[in-house]
Parts: sequence; structure tokens; C-alpha cells
Amino acid sequence: MVAQSLEIRRSSASVWGSLSGARSVATVAKYIDTTTCIGCKACEVACQEWNDLRPLATEQVGTYQTLPTLDAQYWNLIRFNELDFEGGLAWLMRKDQCMHCDDPGCLAACPAPGAIVQYENGIVDVNPDQCIGCKYCETGCPFDVPRFSRTTGKMAKCTLCVDRVSVGLEPACVKACPTGCLHFGTKEDMLVMGQTRVEQLKKDGFVQAAVYDPAGVHGTSVVTILAHGDHPEWYGLPSDPRVPFLVRVWKKFLRPFGGIAILGAVFGVVGHYMRHGPKSAYGADQDDSNLPLA
Amino acid sequence: MTNGWVDIKNADLILAMGGNPAENHPCGFKWFIEAKKTRGAKIVVVDPRFTRTAAVADFYCPIRPGTDIVYLLGIIRYAIETGRFHEEYVKLHTNASYLVGEKYGFDGGLFTGFDEASGTYDKTEWAYEADPKTRSYGIDHTLQDPRCVFQLLKKHVDRYTPEMVERICGSPKEKFLKVCEMVTSTGNAQRCGTVTYALGWTQHSTGVQMIRAAAMLQLLLGNVGRPGGGVNAFRGHSNIQGATDIAGTFEILPGYLKTPSGPLQTLTEYLKDATPTTMNGAQWPSMNYWTNYPKFMVSLLKAQYGENAKKENDWGYAWLPKIDGNHSWMYIFDDMYRGSSTRAGGKEPGPEGLITFGMNPVGIGPNVPKMIGALSKLKWLVVVENYEIETATFWKAPKEYGTDEASKIPTEVYQLPASGFAEKDGTFINSARWMQWKWKAIDPPGQAKTDQEIMARIFLAVRDLYEKDGGALPEQVLNVTWNYTNPAAPDLTEVLKEINGKALADIPDPKDKTKTVRLAGQQIENFGQLQDDGSTICGNWLHVGVFTDAGNNAARRSTADPTGLGMFPNWGFSWPANRRIMYNRASADAEGKPWDPTRPGIVWNGKLWVGDVPDIKPDSPPGEYGAFIMNAEGVGRLFAAQLADGPFPEHYEAVESPVENLLHPKVSTNPVSKRFSTDKDVYGKREDFPIVATTYRLTEHYHYWTKHTQVLNQLQPGFFVEIPEGLAKEKGIANGSQVRVTSARGSVQGVAMVTKRLHAFRVGDKQVWEVGIPLHWGYAAGSTGHTGPLANHLTPSAMDANTWTPEYKAFLVKVEKA
Repeated sequence: MVAQSLEIRRSSASVWGSLSGARSVATVAKYIDTTTCIGCKACEVACQEWNDLRPLATEQVGTYQTLPTLDAQYWNLIRFNELDFEGGLAWLMRKDQCMHCDDPGCLAACPAPGAIVQYENGIVDVNPDQCIGCKYCETGCPFDVPRFSRTTGKMAKCTLCVDRVSVGLEPACVKACPTGCLHFGTKEDMLVMGQTRVEQLKKDGFVQAAVYDPAGVHGTSVVTILAHGDHPEWYGLPSDPRVPFLVRVWKKFLRPFGGIAILGAVFGVVGHYMRHGPKSAYGADQDDSNLPLA
Repeated sequence: MTNGWVDIKNADLILAMGGNPAENHPCGFKWFIEAKKTRGAKIVVVDPRFTRTAAVADFYCPIRPGTDIVYLLGIIRYAIETGRFHEEYVKLHTNASYLVGEKYGFDGGLFTGFDEASGTYDKTEWAYEADPKTRSYGIDHTLQDPRCVFQLLKKHVDRYTPEMVERICGSPKEKFLKVCEMVTSTGNAQRCGTVTYALGWTQHSTGVQMIRAAAMLQLLLGNVGRPGGGVNAFRGHSNIQGATDIAGTFEILPGYLKTPSGPLQTLTEYLKDATPTTMNGAQWPSMNYWTNYPKFMVSLLKAQYGENAKKENDWGYAWLPKIDGNHSWMYIFDDMYRGSSTRAGGKEPGPEGLITFGMNPVGIGPNVPKMIGALSKLKWLVVVENYEIETATFWKAPKEYGTDEASKIPTEVYQLPASGFAEKDGTFINSARWMQWKWKAIDPPGQAKTDQEIMARIFLAVRDLYEKDGGALPEQVLNVTWNYTNPAAPDLTEVLKEINGKALADIPDPKDKTKTVRLAGQQIENFGQLQDDGSTICGNWLHVGVFTDAGNNAARRSTADPTGLGMFPNWGFSWPANRRIMYNRASADAEGKPWDPTRPGIVWNGKLWVGDVPDIKPDSPPGEYGAFIMNAEGVGRLFAAQLADGPFPEHYEAVESPVENLLHPKVSTNPVSKRFSTDKDVYGKREDFPIVATTYRLTEHYHYWTKHTQVLNQLQPGFFVEIPEGLAKEKGIANGSQVRVTSARGSVQGVAMVTKRLHAFRVGDKQVWEVGIPLHWGYAAGSTGHTGPLANHLTPSAMDANTWTPEYKAFLVKVEKA
């Protein structure tokens, strides 16, 4: 997270964001065309270098894929999948990173106020200053993205290069892509571009081609083009991602209930004080230290 | 490339064969995607492996390594049989109608003129039918004469039926036919397609003929010279095109002039031999541009020897070293290993020292044990490099390479620290022939020096020694001109100016002798201004125009695109003459109208050719000259009597092949391909080594260099072997487990990558497996890099007959669980 000029749409463990209503900022999105991705991994390196992440000691285990899964030090990973299907052989390559959901499960699950924020342009970001490293966001994410860093004790993930985006640059991965399978712009424009490409793919015989922008999380700020849109799981994508039920229960019911309980406790304490006055049996220090825990 | 990277966006069809551009040229590959997205172009991949390119292609067809000629001649046969070729183009711009002399013939796998003893062909037996009295070739415009090139080609390819393609290449017939249909859809004026290739074609004992077959296919389809067409080689290093242009190999001087050989003792003899003549006087006049050869050669000698080059002394021709046989680096290493040279009949000692500059022979040479053995015989070795590479540390190579005890190796090794690409300025010439100036980003570290400084200091020291102590053939060194402001570290802009060339005297205008085109001291603007009377100097005629009085044109960066076809005439400089598409006269018909008006190469406007820089005299009306001005006969060659191994391509199995040649088992491999005979030059039998192996690069690494780089090692951490699922099952090899691959030369061990992307091929009635071996590792990786086996421990010393390029792409191994 950077100190920046973007206002905050939503913030974890808070009821309100900071939207003033004075500005009009479009939701942004990254466009990923898996049908023209050649898996060159330039985006992986660009991500790591821009974000000053240290290279990892990996091992060849029988795949072109750099790591089995994302890492606190590795926020952008091409997933390779070779498969036989009716139409023949396919070697699918899909860039995996934070999807920047419109309804982010990580943010919903996060108990630390302001540790996960959603900016007015839709980017979902972790604020390490506020993060308590509880890993609840891992549970909340339907895409298995946030990772706990043992080094920092905080969560880490793709920021959609909010530091670059907020000064008018494209994310580092998009900048590095040699084939142009990555683009960056407003979500609206990326969806139009995606629809055009899907029409082309359909004409080329991929009748199931689709834009992956799942409704279960109210869409994402990553617009992914799939030739086999009926099989997102071939690309390592959930077919119907949703914020997990328990997180919803926590967010919609338990947390407000908790709030009410806290409020009740405060009223109780205040009432008790007004009625009975200060406790006097022990030293004042001990009394003070008990108060915030009430 | 005949065309260029950007021009690929103008193609309707892209055949990617003998290369894996998505893997090895990811930045250039963007134009494939551009063609796909903006034109609806189709990408067809024919490859032994389902590659990264295949992953985004429209159609993929497997092919057994080393059988590309069968496949390509099969497509040519299909085009002729179905009439899906560009007949008007073929009649106008190729030698299809030329009659071939009676001596030409082909039988049982051999062309006429074969001499068994020397293993060479007498190419004169393949000459056109010509009448020296009338100075004319025999031509049949109807293409019906059985001796015309078209009929001979039809007969030659008749054996390459879809069934034969399936039996030899192991490519399913229906897939092959689908490729035929897609590729030949461009055999007309409206559509145009490109063929792209790389080391997947060059690195075979029949490599040049594979490329020939592709060129013939493109001529037949009328795709040469046109935007969106051509035969496009993707080069394997950022400046390998520049290296080749400036005499990268022993048989050429700068600008592809010929290296003189022993029998040609005078310049007159040499020029007579090198300058082609044509019989084509009457039917189709040809410019035969190589008649200007003497101008290029004399200007080169003047650049090299300056004032010492005079008419009286043949412009210093005598000082040029003369070759007496094959000096390709494969032969140099053979001489080194044997400790003797047997070229030209005389027994001479082998080389006693070697300077390797930006090259790692232990890594890149076939049969690593022989490479190490060869270096072990030297008295001294100088390695100019940025890293401590395998060659510099050959004396401490692991024992599995057959390395002697270090104490027994007499070679004294010096490593001179060089600067990396970002630490020096200069030009890169890319695959598209674009000369692009680059600027230094940072200073070289420590005592590392630029290449030109290292070279200059060696030269000056040697010259000093000659001046002081004398020596053998002193003129060769003492007469060299070296007029740089800083002789010990020449400024590369000065060198580039010298390569471009300048006038030493006023150059008269050939149209009006009272005028001049250049004044003494001015830079030459185009190679038409070069002279053979010593009044011009030029380091490389092909690069003329790169540094004129207007400045360094390689440094231009204008993105203006007046044609809208992505030619960008003011971006860098594209040799020759800033032409973006070679042979572009062939993009227009007999009247000078473009075949496809939406994609014109050049157009005749009544007075001039306009569009790209014309590849013909700019004011020569259509019909005056043939389109292929560098060919003596002025047309494109479907039949080429110039190559060492036949005027038509013919299928020969790789030197190490899992099967006999089904077409002619008695002549199974290329009869003129050469191999060596030392104790290290061993070749495997198919009974012992039944599996085909092929080697290649990965996109994550660059050659043997980047195993030092942590970020890239993270992406591809180590050596592996790609193994098809079926073979893995047969051998009990699990993905990620250790596997051993052995050839007749040696053995490597690494992680098995079990994949669906590699195949078994059904060849005749036999099943043949393949494995894939990436080449980026070695034993020298500094203290923090990743080491691994050298892929070339396995590869054979077998070579192409024309270029002596080793056969890295198809050889035999066995595979075991380790």
C-alpha cells in the first residue's frame, strides 16, 4: 500500500470508506487474453522487480510452472496446464494473481480495521501497517491468493501496481508483456475488448469462448479471456467463485451482532459508573488497565 | 529475413516450422498475434513437439525430427496436383519455364554428377540448356516441356504423396492434408502467407535443403517479395545477422564476397571467378547485379589497406589470406583434436593457439568430449568473455567429459574480461536486417574492456612486434590501415562510417559525366556510387547508407509509417539500401501493378517504382529486368544448381536415424554430408540407441549465459528431459524423477518432465519415440549460478553439406530410469 491520492471505497472491519462523492474515478481492470499468452513469464519477472521481491530458490519438479502456487514473495504466476480434450491437445497458460474482486472476500474476512482496502478505482490492497497477520483473508478469498509472509508477519499479494496506476502508469506486468495479451484500462473498455476477442474466437471454432468476470464476487478487476469458457477449472479458476458462507455470516450477522454486544457492554459500564460511581477497592492502575477490555 | 518482423502482421497465413518463435523470439512473436487479431491470420505449427508456439496456433501437426523436406515437398506436390499455386507469378518471376540440360537426372537417391570417391557432386551437370551463340536459355512458357523446371519439379515431388508423408514423417495424413489446404490457400494474388523458421531447420545434415524447399514453396505460391510473405529466418542471437554480414564464417568476406582460395592468385582471376555471367540476353534480361562485384571488392580492399592498396599491386589482393579447403570451425576443432591438418593434401600441424571472442565452443560445439580434447592439445587459449565460461575452465571439466588430469593439459589459458551488451554502444542487426544503434547504459565493471578495445590492443601489439622483430608475411599486418582517432579503442561511429564508405575522389554522375554524385571526402550514399578504380572505400557494400553525411542512420527512431504496412523507413537502417522487403519487384505483376492493391510492395507509377525502396533500378519500366536481380538469370529459382547436395531438395535421413530411408534405403543419409573420423567421432546404431532426441532453448534463459542469473534460475531452475507419457510408462519413469539419457558420445542425467506434448511417431510399420533436451546448463556457473549437464555431450559431429552446421536437431539416444 502506498500513500496516495486515491480515496477508499471500502475498508476492512469498518462500516464506511472515505469516498467524498466529489470525484468520478472509473473502475480499472487488467485484461488477460489466455489465448495469446505464450507463458514467457516476463510478467512474473516484471512483478518481482517492480515490487522489489527477492528471487526464490525453486526446484525443477517436472513442469514449466515456476512455483506450484502463489507465494508471499511471488504475486504473479503463470499456471501451465496440458490436457487432452475432444478438440485435441491444449497447453493452457493463465496468469494467476489477485483478481481484485468487486466484492472482495479478503476484505470481508479481515478483522483488522483498514488492513485491507478497496480504492475508489476498484483495486484491492493490503495495508501492512494495519495487517495483524491473522490469515483470515486467506479463508475469505475464493481464488486462493493472499499469502502470509513469515519474514514480515503480514499478508502479501498483487497490488495491481496501485503505486504505478495512481500516477497514470500501467501495471508492471502489462508493461512487460511482449505479445500484448495483457492490457490495462477501465473495466468498461476491457470488457468491450474482451467481447470483441471472444467473438473472434467463436468464429475460429471456440464456440464456448467467454470473458471470465464472475458474478459471484460482483465481477473482478481482472478480465480474463478463456477459449474454453465452459471449463474455467482447466485454467485453475473456480467456476462459480463466491465469498465463503462463513465469512458472509461473520460479516453480515456476527460482526454487527458483536458490535451490538460491544455497544451493550459500553452502555452497561457507563450505566454502572453513573449508578455506582468509581470502584475503590484496589489501586487506580489496575482499574484503568481493565477498562479497554470491557 | 526476406521481409521483417513487423511485416508478419500483413500475413494471412503463417507457417511456423523449424522454429519455435513464441519460445525463442517472444518480442517478435507479437506480430504473429497482431496478424491473428487484426487480419484473422491463421498460424500453422508443424513441429516435433507441441510447443509454446503451438499453444497459441490455429493448427498443429506433429512431425518426426529431421523429415521436414518430405513434408514440404509433400505440400509442393499437393499445390501442383490441385492447381493451388500462383501460376501467373510462377511464369513471370521464377525459372519454372527454363529448360535444364540433358545431363541432369535423378535416380535411386542420387542426382547425376556424383563422385563417390570425393563424396561431391559435379554441379555443372545440372546446368540450364543454353545456346552460347545466341546467348539465350531454352525456355518453354507453356511449362509443358518435360525438361522444363516445372515438369522436372512435378516429377521430382511426385513420390512425396500424403501417404508417403505419413509413413516417413509420422504425421497423420488428415492433419497433413489440412496443413496443405491452409498453406496453399495463399497460392493466389489475393492472399499472402509467410514461412518462418530458425535453428530447427539449419541444424540438420540437410538443413540448407529444408530452407530451399520452403523457398520453392513460397515461390510457387507467389509469396516471395510481397508484404506478408517471404521466407523468414529468425536469428539465434541479437547480432548474429551483423556477424554474418561482416564475415562471420571462413568462406565469406564482408558483404558476402567470397574468400579467395589458393588457385586464384591474382585479383583478375579472382574477380573472373566470383562475378557471375548470364546467358540471359534475349528472353528476360537480367540486371545480374553481381556484375558490380569488382566495385564492392576493390572498395573493400581500399578500406582495408588504405593508401597501400594501389592498382599496381592489385589493391593489396595478395595480402588477403587464401583458403585451401574447409576452415569452418568444426574442421578447425577437428584439426586441433588430431593435432594435424590434412587439408589440400599436405600434412600440416594443427592450430597451436585459439582466441575465442564472445563464443563458448565447449558449450555450443557438438560432442563436448571432443571439444575439450581439442582444447587440451593447444599451447595457449585466450577467452574473451564476461563470465568464466566452460571454455575458459575446460581443464577442470567434470571427469564424465573425458577430461585429462589438469596437470597433463599443457594449454595456458588467459581470460580477458569483456563488457556485456549494455556496457557498450554499437549496432545490432536484427533478423529483419535492421541495423539499430544502441547506446551504452553503464560502464563495464572492473578491468573489463569493450570488444573493439581488446581487439585493437592485440592488433597494435602484434603490429609493434612485426615492426620491431619482423616475421612471416609482414605485409598482411603492416599494410593494414588503422586511422582511428584513438587507435587503442576505436570509436564505433568511426568504424561504422568506414563500413559505410566514402569517396576518395570526386565521383562522376554516370548519366552526365560533367556532374558529380559525390565529392572527395563525402560519405557514400548508396552502393551504386562505389567504384572499382580505387576512388571509393567501403567496408561492407551491403551496409552502404547506414552512415551518410546526414549522420548515423542506424540511430534513427522515427515511427512514421507512410505505407501503413509497418515499413517504418526512418527507423534505423535496413540493409540493403534501406529496403524493408527484399525482392519486392515480385510484389507486382508484369505491368507493375501490385498483386494485392491493399498490400503493395512497390508500384510502377509510369515513371518510377514507388512504395518500399525498390529492389530494381528505380526508373526501369516493368519488363526491362527480371525481379530477382541478384540471380544471374533474373528470376527466382525453383531449381538451383548452386548447392552442394542437389538442385532440388531430397529427403535423406539424419546421420543418426531410427529408420532406413523409405524412399531409397541404399542412399539413406545425405551422400555429401560430412562426418569426422577420430576416436571421439562415434555414431550410434539404431539397435543400441532407438530413440530420437532433439535439443533446444527455453524462453526463460539465454544460451549458456543466464545460468548465472538468480531471477532467471528461479523461472527455470535446472536441467530436465522432456519425455512423452507413453515412453515414460514403458520405462517406469515418473514425472519429476531422475532419468539418464545416453548417446554414443556420452550420457546426461536430469529431472524427467513427462508430458503429453511429445509423441511417438509411426514410421512405416515401426514406432519411434522422441525426447527433448534443453541446452542452457553446463559446469561453469560461478559461485551462485546453477550447474547442469551440457546437452551437447550427446550430439554428433555430423554436418550440413553447405554450411557445415552440426546436426543438433535429430540424433539417437537411449533413455533409462536413473
